[in-house]
Amino acid sequence: MKRLLIFLKDYKKESILAPTFKMLEAIFELLVPVAVSIIIDKGINGNDTGVIWRACGFMLLLGIVGLVSAICAQFFAARAAVGFATKLRSALFEKIQSFSYSVTDKLGTSTLITRMTSDINSVQTGVNMFLRLFMRSPFIVFGAMICAMLIDIWLGLIFAVAIVILAVIVFGVMLINISLQKKTQAKLDGVVSKVRGNYNGTRVIRAFNKEQAEIDEFGNRVNDLNKLQLFSGKISALMNPLTYAIINFAVIVLIHNGALTVESGVISQGELVALYNYISQILVELIKLASLIITLNKAAASASRISKVLDTPSDIEFDASAKSADDTSAVVFDSVSFSYDKSGEGDDVLKDISFKVRSGDTVGIIGGTGSGKSTLANLIPGFYHATEGSVFVFGKNASLLSSDELCSTFGIVPQKATLFAGTVRSNLLVGNENATDEELWEALEGACAKEFIEQKDGKLDEEVLQGGKNFSGGQRQRLTIARALVRKPKILILDDSASALDYATEAALRRNIGALEHAPTTFIISQRASSIMHADLIIVLDDGIPVGMGKHDELLLSCEIYREIYNSQFSKGGEL
Amino acid sequence: MKKAKNRASLKTSVNTFFKVLRYLKRYRVHFVLSLLFTAFSVALTLYVPILVGKAIDLAIGKGNVDMTAILALLVKIAISVALTAILQWLINVLNNRMVYGMVKNVRYEAFVKIQSFPVSYIDAHRSGDIVSRLIADSDQFSDGLLLGFTQFFNGIMTILGTLIFMFTISPLVTLIVVFVTPLSLFVAAFIANRTFSMFKKQSEIRSEQTALIDEMIGDHKTVVAFGYQNKANETFNEINERLGKISLRAIFFSSITNPSTRFVNSIVYTLVAFTGAMICISGGSAISVGMLSSFLSYATQYTKPFNEISGVVTELQNALACAGRVFELIEAPSQTPDAPATTLDGLNTVEFKNVSFSYSPDKPLIQNFSFKAEYGKHVAIVGPTGCGKTTLINLLMRFYDVNDGAILLGGKDVRDIPRADLRDNYGMVLQDTWLCNGTVKENIAFGNPDATDEEIISAAKAAHAHSFIKKLPMGYETYIGENGGILSQGQKQLLCIARIMLTQPKILILDEATSSIDTRTEIRIQKAFKKLMAGRTAFVVAHRLSTIKESDVILVMKDGNIVEQGTHEGLLEEGGFYSTLYNSQFPDAN
Repeated sequence: MKRLLIFLKDYKKESILAPTFKMLEAIFELLVPVAVSIIIDKGINGNDTGVIWRACGFMLLLGIVGLVSAICAQFFAARAAVGFATKLRSALFEKIQSFSYSVTDKLGTSTLITRMTSDINSVQTGVNMFLRLFMRSPFIVFGAMICAMLIDIWLGLIFAVAIVILAVIVFGVMLINISLQKKTQAKLDGVVSKVRGNYNGTRVIRAFNKEQAEIDEFGNRVNDLNKLQLFSGKISALMNPLTYAIINFAVIVLIHNGALTVESGVISQGELVALYNYISQILVELIKLASLIITLNKAAASASRISKVLDTPSDIEFDASAKSADDTSAVVFDSVSFSYDKSGEGDDVLKDISFKVRSGDTVGIIGGTGSGKSTLANLIPGFYHATEGSVFVFGKNASLLSSDELCSTFGIVPQKATLFAGTVRSNLLVGNENATDEELWEALEGACAKEFIEQKDGKLDEEVLQGGKNFSGGQRQRLTIARALVRKPKILILDDSASALDYATEAALRRNIGALEHAPTTFIISQRASSIMHADLIIVLDDGIPVGMGKHDELLLSCEIYREIYNSQFSKGGEL
Repeated sequence: MKKAKNRASLKTSVNTFFKVLRYLKRYRVHFVLSLLFTAFSVALTLYVPILVGKAIDLAIGKGNVDMTAILALLVKIAISVALTAILQWLINVLNNRMVYGMVKNVRYEAFVKIQSFPVSYIDAHRSGDIVSRLIADSDQFSDGLLLGFTQFFNGIMTILGTLIFMFTISPLVTLIVVFVTPLSLFVAAFIANRTFSMFKKQSEIRSEQTALIDEMIGDHKTVVAFGYQNKANETFNEINERLGKISLRAIFFSSITNPSTRFVNSIVYTLVAFTGAMICISGGSAISVGMLSSFLSYATQYTKPFNEISGVVTELQNALACAGRVFELIEAPSQTPDAPATTLDGLNTVEFKNVSFSYSPDKPLIQNFSFKAEYGKHVAIVGPTGCGKTTLINLLMRFYDVNDGAILLGGKDVRDIPRADLRDNYGMVLQDTWLCNGTVKENIAFGNPDATDEEIISAAKAAHAHSFIKKLPMGYETYIGENGGILSQGQKQLLCIARIMLTQPKILILDEATSSIDTRTEIRIQKAFKKLMAGRTAFVVAHRLSTIKESDVILVMKDGNIVEQGTHEGLLEEGGFYSTLYNSQFPDAN
């Protein structure tokens, strides 16, 4: 929570004014029983209607002043809370945007999204409620006690004792409840995941005749949940009756001792009524305070989750003193090894890879599922940093590339073809903000996407839904390729980005890229031998190890795995 | 028009309400007791301020206090309070039993129901929808309905009780309370109306923002790859500013409600104090000081249930809507009931006899399809996307029933065989991999829970899954999350294959079973499949034609029809659709 307080800095004034006005309101409320006791003692018992008029007028005035100060307090609290949340949201978003691949991998996008949305909302509510109630409730509780003590110190002590007992019960029950709630939530999550799993797996479950087993398992889970709910219900059910009983037993003691004090003439009848009124006020506020604490508890948990993200360094550390290479080849891998988990030994995703790529060359990377192809591609622009060895791009260490250098050098087509909501044009402009329409069409043509965009009514202004859902997988892939081409990059990386295209389109695409005027160095990652067989350099990966490097013809002779891959796809007459 | 619509929705609400009563029936004793206890506890709660008032009346001033009478009153108060506390606790416990019990029963019933849904229903509804009906809606409905009802009852009892008690003390003051208090309801409604549009606007902007967050964080890697961060921040901040402005208005204006209603209450309070005091002075005996104090205490109590009840009405409406959604699920039609058990021959042929089928009547798919697979034959089904390959599998497994014609297993119409018996004959691996929430081991043994560790490991080895399983943090004991969480698509497919290696089905169905596995591993798995398929009937759907060349029969499908049928060599020689398909795979080879 502390970490987030700096976002309240600009709202110091509001953060002080809100509770102050709340305190004022509380003071006015505490004066009401005093007025009532004057009505009784001086008005009724003193038979003076003038006093009653004045006292009631005073009460009305208290109400109005109370209303005004409450509204002021609400305003300042809302302003502070909303302003705080707005600033926090903006800061968190910028922080997340600055994360590198490895940090995003580690944290996971779905939790980041939850933190951006529901966590921040709950912190906003927390700050708002805190500013509104945190001063008011204790003030009323203790104020009522002090007022009671002012009337009679001994009777006031009854209040003190009652408050202590009430506080213990209210907070005790609440604390137990919070921990039980967590357990209940976990059980409920279990029920949810059973339903979802069962639903999504209908075909398999039925194929294996597992329906009854599923029902039994589900029955167990709902029964467990039910038992826990009943148990925690029994405990939280204690709260109301216990507080009710304690307050009223305090009333009994108060009336008893109060009556004796009236008998001895120390306090008047009106003051006894005032004491009775004070005790009722305490109960209402204590219960409000308890629910406030639950809200704050939730907010604090959210706050600590948000702080964790804010405290995460944007990138994992790497040796910033890394040297540059004299070699100015487009890309150089110098005995590069990589592991996603730095501490984990032995499960390197890539092992000891060295190669050099001249500017303008085409490199094909091929290998089985999980052989490290995409990882290798992601090392080139420095999205991940080599655990050992170095990657150089035009002589500069890839890990040290600035965001600007990255943008001006690379055009990347990721494996997952996603587009942003907007138009075709706005998506292509992501690649290069300053591109002219002519350049956009050129890029579309290069990506074999011109034809289907031309057929759309909106052409470049055709709407794109979130994720590009209104385009087919193959169309999406071609648009993401166009997006990268708009940039006219020095280095183009195609990460399995033609998988949804048919063979003919893919071949045309490869021809177009080969004919690009600015002749980019191109990396093609693919499972299809046909996509990479014409490359200047083919790297064959097997379980992270480069088992073959060279041209197609050489590899067919020298690399068994390459031969196997090739034959498995081209084994027209060959053996299986 | 609108009226008729309202009447219709009222009618469904009433219908839903009666269905709810059916679930409540089991808890009728709880329910009656709960209401009874509520009535008692409300009466007692209201009785206490009167007793306190009486006690105060007996403490008039110095030397004028009737201590013995006060003590007697205090004993009465103590008994009432103790009783009320016990009753309140019992009410809570009873209500919990009803609410949680009902949720449990509804959920269980719904889950059992889902197991008997036709697969078409499940294909047509997303799991998120079902989960929300089963979890959130059933919660809302039992919680809202029951607690809403008891709160409503409690509120009404309190209002009535307070009115009666107040009336017996002073009709005039009572009238003031009755007429002024509803003012707070009007104030609350007035503010709610005004703020409604602000909240709507707020949620609009908020969902706009969430969509952006989804995109820019969900697809963060693309953002980084294109150096799009600054632009993203700009867009975000613009929306954020707007959200901040509207949120401030919405939150501020809605938060005026409480102070305003409090203000109305304080007016009521003052009026009661004033009239009460005036009557005290003028009438002398009409109202005593103690009565005035009871009155003041009532005045605060009387307003509270009003605020609660106005909330309860919306909650009840909401609860009924939720109940409706849950019942929709429970009352959806089940699949056709199973046929009585019959005996099946040991070796079974599979025959499609003039089968026609379509998912929706306006889009005919499979028409008048006939085919017979003798026991032990290997049948491959090929064809372009959407030609009906997977549909044939759906029909074989009876996930869907044919519209016309029949599928025969061992000469018997599959509709005359209980589903469980029918499916016992089949083992299937689908393209869409589904794994249960459990360990790797549990998943492999899914179809054969009695398998020994050795059997499990050898199945994994046959599926070429052993080597990656060994690399998992806990090996075979590794817990894989909801639908395979930590595994890649290819690894999941390998586990599904291992799963089928452990069962010994008579008929094997492989629907794109190796689509996510690289070609080299695929070739190895094919060998294992070959071993598994030996002596068994097999239906194989594959997109890589090289994997099905050795099948006994290849069915070539196009637009729901079998256009060619024969062996690999035969079909190539024919030079028809199959040979076009086959050759299109190798554009670059010579």
